[in-house]
Amino acid sequence: MGSEDCFSLGTVRSNLYHRKDFAMQWEIVIGLEVHAQLSTQSKIFSGASTAFGAAPNAEACPVDLALPGVLPVLNRGAVERAIKLGLAVGAKINSPSVFARKNYFYPDLPKGYQISQYELPVVEGGVVRIRSAQDGKECEKTIRLTRAHLEEDAGKSLHEDFHGMTGIDLNRAGTPLLEIVSEPDMRSSAEAVAYAKTLHSLVRWIGICDGNMQEGSFRCDANVSVRHQGSDRLGTRCEIKNLNSFRFLEKAIEYEARRQIEILEDGGTIQQQTRLYDPEKGETRAMRSKEDAQDYRYFPDPDLLPLEISEDWIAEVRSRLPELPEEMRIRFERDHELSAYDASALTADRDIAEYYEAVAGKLPFDHKLCANWVMGDISAYLNDEDTSFDNCPLSPAQLVQLLVRIKDGTISGKIAKEVFRQMWIKVREQPVAWKDRDSKRDENLADQIIESQGLKQISDSGELEKLVNEVIAANSRSVEEFRSGKEKAFNALVGQVMKAARGKANPSQVNEIMRKKIAE
Amino acid sequence: MSLSLDDVKRIANLARIEVGEHEAHTALTQLTGIFSLIQQMQAVDTSPITPMSHAQNVMQRLRPDVVTETDQRELFQSVAPQVEAGLYLVPKVIE
Repeated sequence: MGSEDCFSLGTVRSNLYHRKDFAMQWEIVIGLEVHAQLSTQSKIFSGASTAFGAAPNAEACPVDLALPGVLPVLNRGAVERAIKLGLAVGAKINSPSVFARKNYFYPDLPKGYQISQYELPVVEGGVVRIRSAQDGKECEKTIRLTRAHLEEDAGKSLHEDFHGMTGIDLNRAGTPLLEIVSEPDMRSSAEAVAYAKTLHSLVRWIGICDGNMQEGSFRCDANVSVRHQGSDRLGTRCEIKNLNSFRFLEKAIEYEARRQIEILEDGGTIQQQTRLYDPEKGETRAMRSKEDAQDYRYFPDPDLLPLEISEDWIAEVRSRLPELPEEMRIRFERDHELSAYDASALTADRDIAEYYEAVAGKLPFDHKLCANWVMGDISAYLNDEDTSFDNCPLSPAQLVQLLVRIKDGTISGKIAKEVFRQMWIKVREQPVAWKDRDSKRDENLADQIIESQGLKQISDSGELEKLVNEVIAANSRSVEEFRSGKEKAFNALVGQVMKAARGKANPSQVNEIMRKKIAE
Repeated sequence: MSLSLDDVKRIANLARIEVGEHEAHTALTQLTGIFSLIQQMQAVDTSPITPMSHAQNVMQRLRPDVVTETDQRELFQSVAPQVEAGLYLVPKVIE
């Protein structure tokens, strides 16, 4: 499907905006700013640790505290992560790139300015391709990025209970952030969420951000405006700050768009504002009037010389970049002959993709079976335990040992689920993440369980015939019914045999023998 | 471009510098002088020149991503006017 296939039709509206009392069709226009906390060990301009959860101010060094005479020195690891993102979205990497002071006075940044980038950010342009459901159809769309720039995070202000004072924790001050700014290319909350999720998956995939939204490692601000359908002018926008879950992002955009439409329908005008989303009330409220860009009085930081990013450095980073989710998805569809749905699910994050690849590599003749087990049973068990694929205690090799027994007819798919359940209990006794183990030394759990519990499918036709004879003898009425044309009676008979075999009989084989015996 | 007294006061406010009425007039005169100098410079054709973002034409040195700082909170907080529970206390600022 070409990009923007069903978006170019001009019919993109969420049901919400179809209200009868709205005479006009409204279009929502959304751009997102995402702050991704970069997964460096140390801060962007100082050697203090960025580890989460330290005692207040234990990780605030003289640079973070803005003590007199200190100077910032840029962290190579932060720049490298920005380059990685730039390459992953096909952007231009600027060299030189320049750091600027963004002036504002707030005690969570004791310098009186934030070091950020204004002109010449590290990353300029690029695209992110998203897939989202629109009117029940899966659509692909390309979202353009404006830029991605490096900056330092601010500290935390605690307003409660300090005798009317504010408590300041500067551990977070100076933590490296990559602010990824999109063009206003999204037209619904669903698209905005799809974009945020795609970007969230990408930053984790390329290993630049842990994506932990609860800890604030991935925060979204949404710029929302509305306009009449068909208009090419942008409406006045409001920025909604600090949306730390995809659900809040969706709800906040929907609320905000409705708020703006109602004001405009009533003949009012929209004020450019920064607004906060209140998850408890499900609404946005004004935080402050948006300062003009000039109010921050950006200027190049004289403490920091221009940043040079050499072609060699870029080439070196590129050579270490993993296969990207989109490339992998296309490869799974093409080479593994998986459906678009399966290929997307298996590349939703790198942990599941790596696990699936390890399984599929050992069982190359049935990718669909591998995909089903990875997305089905394993996902479900991991979900139950609230853990992820990188911590999966069952190794791909062990799973394949089970799948091989399905393929060679030793066990049925139904029995396999029972064997799997027992394998899981076994590996959970001493859970070690699969990647940390030497899988060559893993015992063949599947065979052990099948063997010790006699779960092997009965394929000995003599044994099956015996069972069939017994069932026919004990159910003469059903046999008569079947002979007089009731197909249902036949299924009941087969069911009886399966029951007698405790599920271990091969159903198609039982079918065959049963028909033969009744016909005799 | 001409600068007004209100501009001076606004900039002073943004920069959190207390500027009295008299000082504001002095600053206006001085800043107007600086502006006229800028105007003069803007008349020069700089189109073939690549703008510099720093006075020195060198590139910045980078630091390896290694933690080099230790926890010296006690020392840093010994000069702070008020601390509690490891936090620096400052006058309340809520918008």
